[in-house]
Amino acid sequence: MHAIQYAAPRTLQDALEILQEYGAKARILAGGTDLIVQAGTGARSVDVIVDGKRIPELMHLAFDPADGLTIGAAVPCCRIYEDPQISRRYPGLADAVSIIGGMAIQGRASVGGNLCNASPAADSVPALIAYRATALIVGPKGEREVPVERFCTAPGRTVLGEDELLLSLHLPTPPPRSGAAYLRFIPRNEMDIAEVGVGVSLTLDEQGTISGARIALAAVAPTPLFVPEAGDSLAGSAPTEESFRRAAQIARDASRPINDIRGTIEHRKHLVGVLTRRALERALERARQAG
Amino acid sequence: MTTEKQYRVIGTRPVRPDGVDKVTGRAVYGADVTLPRMIHGKILRSPHAHARIRGIDTREAERYPGVLAVVTAEDLPDVDVVLAVGEGGDVNMRDASHNIMASGKVLYQGHAVAAVAAVSPHVALEALKRIKVDYEPLPPVLDVRKAMAADAPLLHEDLFTDTMGQRSEHPSNIASHLIAEEGDIEQGFREASVVVEREFVTHTVHQGYIEPHAAVAEWRDDGQLTIWCSTQGAFSVREQVAQILKHPISQVKVVPTEIGGGFGGKISVYLEPVAALLSRKAGRPVKMVMDRAEVLAATGPTPGTYMKVKVGADAQGNITAAHAYLAFEAGAYPGSPIGAGCTTVFAPYRLKNVRIDGFDVLVNKPKSNAYRAPGATQAEFAAEVVMDEICEKLGMDPLEFRRKNGAKEGDWRPFGPPYTRIGAIECVEAAQASEHWKTPLVKEAGSSRRRGRGVASGYWMNWGGTSSCTGRLNPDGTVALLEGSTDIGGTRASIAMQFAEAFGIAYERVRPQVVDTDTVGYNDVTGGSRVTFGTGYAAYALAKQMQREIAAKLAAIWEVDPESVTVEGDRYSAGDKSVNLVEAANLISEQGQQVVTSVTTTPHNRSGAFATHIVDVEVDVETGKVEILRYTAVQDVGKAIHPSYVEGQMQGGVAQGIGWALNEEYIYDENGSLRNASLLDYRMPTALDIPMIETILVEVFNPDHPYGVRGVGEVPIVPPPAAISNAIYDAVGVRMTTLPISPARLCAEIMAKNSARA
Repeated sequence: MHAIQYAAPRTLQDALEILQEYGAKARILAGGTDLIVQAGTGARSVDVIVDGKRIPELMHLAFDPADGLTIGAAVPCCRIYEDPQISRRYPGLADAVSIIGGMAIQGRASVGGNLCNASPAADSVPALIAYRATALIVGPKGEREVPVERFCTAPGRTVLGEDELLLSLHLPTPPPRSGAAYLRFIPRNEMDIAEVGVGVSLTLDEQGTISGARIALAAVAPTPLFVPEAGDSLAGSAPTEESFRRAAQIARDASRPINDIRGTIEHRKHLVGVLTRRALERALERARQAG
Repeated sequence: MTTEKQYRVIGTRPVRPDGVDKVTGRAVYGADVTLPRMIHGKILRSPHAHARIRGIDTREAERYPGVLAVVTAEDLPDVDVVLAVGEGGDVNMRDASHNIMASGKVLYQGHAVAAVAAVSPHVALEALKRIKVDYEPLPPVLDVRKAMAADAPLLHEDLFTDTMGQRSEHPSNIASHLIAEEGDIEQGFREASVVVEREFVTHTVHQGYIEPHAAVAEWRDDGQLTIWCSTQGAFSVREQVAQILKHPISQVKVVPTEIGGGFGGKISVYLEPVAALLSRKAGRPVKMVMDRAEVLAATGPTPGTYMKVKVGADAQGNITAAHAYLAFEAGAYPGSPIGAGCTTVFAPYRLKNVRIDGFDVLVNKPKSNAYRAPGATQAEFAAEVVMDEICEKLGMDPLEFRRKNGAKEGDWRPFGPPYTRIGAIECVEAAQASEHWKTPLVKEAGSSRRRGRGVASGYWMNWGGTSSCTGRLNPDGTVALLEGSTDIGGTRASIAMQFAEAFGIAYERVRPQVVDTDTVGYNDVTGGSRVTFGTGYAAYALAKQMQREIAAKLAAIWEVDPESVTVEGDRYSAGDKSVNLVEAANLISEQGQQVVTSVTTTPHNRSGAFATHIVDVEVDVETGKVEILRYTAVQDVGKAIHPSYVEGQMQGGVAQGIGWALNEEYIYDENGSLRNASLLDYRMPTALDIPMIETILVEVFNPDHPYGVRGVGEVPIVPPPAAISNAIYDAVGVRMTTLPISPARLCAEIMAKNSARA
């Protein structure tokens, strides 16, 4: 009979030792909202579940204007959107973490887990990419940092080695006159997986021209998809309907969705265009409010 | 005619007798039953939609530590009996037996092929992995039109088409072809000044009850079999199990638990006979509980359809002819609700020239089963969208059209006697008078949003059925009321209220209980919108019978003529003698007597329930997403015994209809594998998707019931898909003829319309 072991290490070192011993058969548990379901249905074979929630570094959440935002890999979504300073500084991230699952799920599910689960439809990942987030990985050989857009390599797969774990995520402080937004399309109004998700950020210069923008997409490629050329097309442009439509078209052209139970290729490509434009409009509004 | 009579109890809104247990979590549902020495059963299911079973090797599973029994179809007897299974219609028990355990062939993905009982569910699941099934995959047929083709792969080589009693020459996937005809449609279409004909497609949807199927069976050494289960009909389970297992019905007792929803899907047995066989082999009680994927893949959803409806009307807006072609997917065995689809398709209308062709077609999907007004939602979706287009072409108000053409007492209906007193037109008139209808809708809502309003009517038959009740008068003048009708919609309350009204006591002085099959007389299933009507009828008859018995016993004590005892409320009098019910109970008790009374009634219910719904939607024209802004359901309820539960039934039906309209569908891949067997991806509406549903209760007295009750539970699911499709047309000008109207489907239609214009 297949029995699963459960470990709840209190230090990073203990967790790393368990990973070294069990390799691919061990998985870090953060909120467990994906892992427990996958282990239960047999979608992921797990021998040892390593609960990360007793490791202080994984539960650390802090913002400092100089260093930016640090999100421990097991910090639940609700702690992010319930922090008024963080949700004011990172509204695009707050958009994403407040629509994952439902309220009960947001009390458990973590941004780090959302990233490590490596679903192409992960809601928080396009927002992280839009905010230039980096992932801090720790393993027996020490720490390394990877931009979030390079973290996922295929559905369910990441750059993490078998003996490594995600420690935290780092989001730099957005420059002045910046705004961001994450928009998701689902057929219902809650408890659904993205048919398409779009995370954007943009920064205005003192004249109100766009100085930089980043656009990332969910559920339209095997991994969360960063489309640098879509954001770059806006640099130096005025934030007009025309420039937003152009960027939306580039994002749409870059997307390469499939037909599955959650959407069709045609509808998804179309939605990338619609949501990119709408997300840019919302981000612009926020950038102007940020002053 | 509306009821003028003043009632003491009927029409009030008391607390339900089962309420406290349910809100405190103490109510016992199917999966809560636990017995000493109980073990757990699990089912191995087919990964193929269509395959021949060359062999099943269970030896390794039998040897697996902790396994106490394994069964396959070999353990089931051969049966060949046709049994009426409530709203499921007549079911061949051989098919039912093969559906719960595949014999020879598997006919859909999820079809049961073997079962294991073990010391824990976990061990049983591990043992299932050790059963080797040798399959020879066969081509599946998944679409109703393809299944009807002459060269389609056959599910059953021995199935022939029955066309109104005529058997086809060659075997076919078409189990039956029904025809209902009146007048001359050719002539009728010639008289029409507008004719609309459209094709419709709907997909398989599930009832979506929250409680998965669960059963515990204990087969004792003396052959006595007791089954605890969540079911809409304990007596039907008893009959089905006795037939499938060829076990004497007297040795089968079924104890119904509380039920977490059924909607027609908890009438046929799936687990009960298997749990019984495992228990017989293991010598221990066996519990079986389905998981959600099993519920979706392997119980009885309602069929997908292909339909074609043609209607003609003259310039004054009178319908001159109507033709419907309805092909329903029965699933793996015959028995879609095609008959009901034919009966209901044009039911709200008075028709002189009409033809209806209905086809029951087998496909490699689970055997379909009843779902709230089975067959009516699909059929009336098609008809009501066509009626809306007729109105558009005539420039006629859609409610005025429905009033003008509305069915009345004495009008023709398919396969049945003419209508009795019905409230089709009264519903339309109440809708016309509603605040919702009179409030104008602003169509523009920002640059990418458009609003629209739609209406649709619907009909569902009422069934009387057989009900039994037993009443016991307690010494304190209260009554223990024993029923056998599963309480799904608050019927303990609605039956106790009718009893209290008839017996002349307060509602709180009646204690209703739903009891097992050994404790009360026979009851048909809870289905066909029948319980508040039929079991309420029995409770009324019981109250009157108990009054007569009390009067007779008092007459003997008082030494007067029984006819001279009068009953007024709870007071019994004869001459100068007069007692209340408590005093009567004590007098009778002092004589060593008790009042324990049982009745069985089978009232004719020739009537039915009509509804007219109004909906406002807002469409995001860039994404195809539809929001329901406002919804009003108008329904002829006969007499609302407990208005809150009537409103609850209407709101619940509308919520399910909205899910069916917008998002719910089974998605199969080309191999016939169900891709969305979870409530994440089988998208039922959430609380955020449904607005407050407004209800308007119309009360047109049903002459077949002492209080004028009509069945209310089913018809409210019927109008929503058509009303929503019509509202979407009003908003964005595209006719949606496929269900569900998912954002992808609607967005594609809007874009096609825009590019055609550009």
